[in-house]
Amino acid sequence: MQPGHSAAIGVATVVLALALWALFTTAIPWIDTARFPAPADVWAALTQITVQGYADARLWRHVAQSSVLVLTGFATACTVGVALGLAMGWSRRAEALLNPVFLLLRPIPPLAWIPLAIVWLGLGDAAKVLVIFMAAFVPAVINTYTGVRAMEPQIVEASSMLGARGPRFVREVLVPAAAPHIFTGLRLSLQASWTTLVAAELVGALYGLGQVLNNAAQDIYPGMILVGMVFVGLCGGLMTAVLGWVERRAMPWRAA
Amino acid sequence: MSARSGQAPLPRFEATGLWLAGLGGFFGLWTLVALSGAVSAQFLPSPWAVVERFGELARTPFVGHTIQEHLVSSIGRYLAGFGLAAMIGVPLGLMMGWFRGLDDAVTPLFEAIRFVAPIAWVPFAALWFGTGIGGPVLIIFMGAFPPALINAYRGAKFVEPRLIEAGRMLGASDLRMITQVLLPASVPSIVAGLRISAGLGWQSLVGAELIVASSGIGYLMVKGQSAISTATVMCGMIAIGVVGYAIDALLRAVEAHIHRRRGRNAR
Repeated sequence: MQPGHSAAIGVATVVLALALWALFTTAIPWIDTARFPAPADVWAALTQITVQGYADARLWRHVAQSSVLVLTGFATACTVGVALGLAMGWSRRAEALLNPVFLLLRPIPPLAWIPLAIVWLGLGDAAKVLVIFMAAFVPAVINTYTGVRAMEPQIVEASSMLGARGPRFVREVLVPAAAPHIFTGLRLSLQASWTTLVAAELVGALYGLGQVLNNAAQDIYPGMILVGMVFVGLCGGLMTAVLGWVERRAMPWRAA
Repeated sequence: MSARSGQAPLPRFEATGLWLAGLGGFFGLWTLVALSGAVSAQFLPSPWAVVERFGELARTPFVGHTIQEHLVSSIGRYLAGFGLAAMIGVPLGLMMGWFRGLDDAVTPLFEAIRFVAPIAWVPFAALWFGTGIGGPVLIIFMGAFPPALINAYRGAKFVEPRLIEAGRMLGASDLRMITQVLLPASVPSIVAGLRISAGLGWQSLVGAELIVASSGIGYLMVKGQSAISTATVMCGMIAIGVVGYAIDALLRAVEAHIHRRRGRNAR
């Protein structure tokens, strides 16, 4: 099989799917456009939200709102989570002390924190950051912990023989050794943060992509629903890509 | 070796002591703050008040049902969504692993759909299927489907080539190759995928019920939230955590069982 063959089939399917979509919503109206939008509806919705705005703001304002919240919650959770994971992985005492509470909270899915956050902090930004924190925290801790535990004893022995201790040991031995696992955790954390934020915004928010989806659902505006979904996907994908880039920069020794 | 001292296993009494100290600290702090009156009981009930509330929810209906009935309707939806995801995802994954053309055709569409968080399907779920069973089931399906498909696909792709060659030589048809060679060979991968599916499906269910449902544990929590009853919300969180944990434990046991049996057969 030629190398370009698979890609050609892929492109052909996507083009075919788009053509069928256009065909069945406009020329042969098998799909009810009150339930799934035609391409023209999506285009109209996209121009409306970028030019006039929808759900009280323009698109960039919603995107910025959601992104800033995710990054705030994610960064806080990762700082605390990685530090805690390093401590629990390194010291049996810290593990014995912290693990029971952690095991108790861990089975609660991130989305289940949303009602509690709203009761405590209302519909504003603080509640969103709390929920994102809860979502991102668990994978960050678990994977960092696993990374430290998976360290080869020789590395620890060699570094201690060479006199690395204290902050220098953490910075130059512990963190780099656990880095692959830490980044796995961060990737899971980021995905969980994004999903959780969208859910929290759907439950109640003033701005944000979830709020766009919510308004579009109430207005029964399928074109806008699809625009909202596409941007949820794009932003999530973009953030993951940026994290992947950071990962490659942070661990040049792993580059293929 | 001073640097390794932190890694040495603790004496049992010390480990138990620290465990108890951790748990005691958590519940102690909670009780202390709740009883001190610094935060009103409506926002932070004591652990004991949450347990009492749980008993109340089990005896008297809240928003139409007792907590057991809410749990039953959640689990019903969950099984429907997860079942559909497994029934479609696993065969499709195996077929994609076998037919190259299908793989090339489906992968770009699948990747595009997978990009969107399951919860973002909420508006369409409500519009297409309403808030009874259908809406939440679609969202659970969207959460549980990708890992089911991906792991079946990977399982099929990494089947030992000599098994495939033997099957081909013996003249097995495509259907028999998939059901009698690829499927049994990929069982461990499929089960691992279903475990991830089950977890993501359960999470998606919670999200779905917070937004598009008229019964279920998520619905109970949202109603508790609007009634500003923190104890009710916490009861919902506990119920969700316990059931989620039980589902995972069950599938872990299935996984362990399969690995044990495989180990025996291989010998």
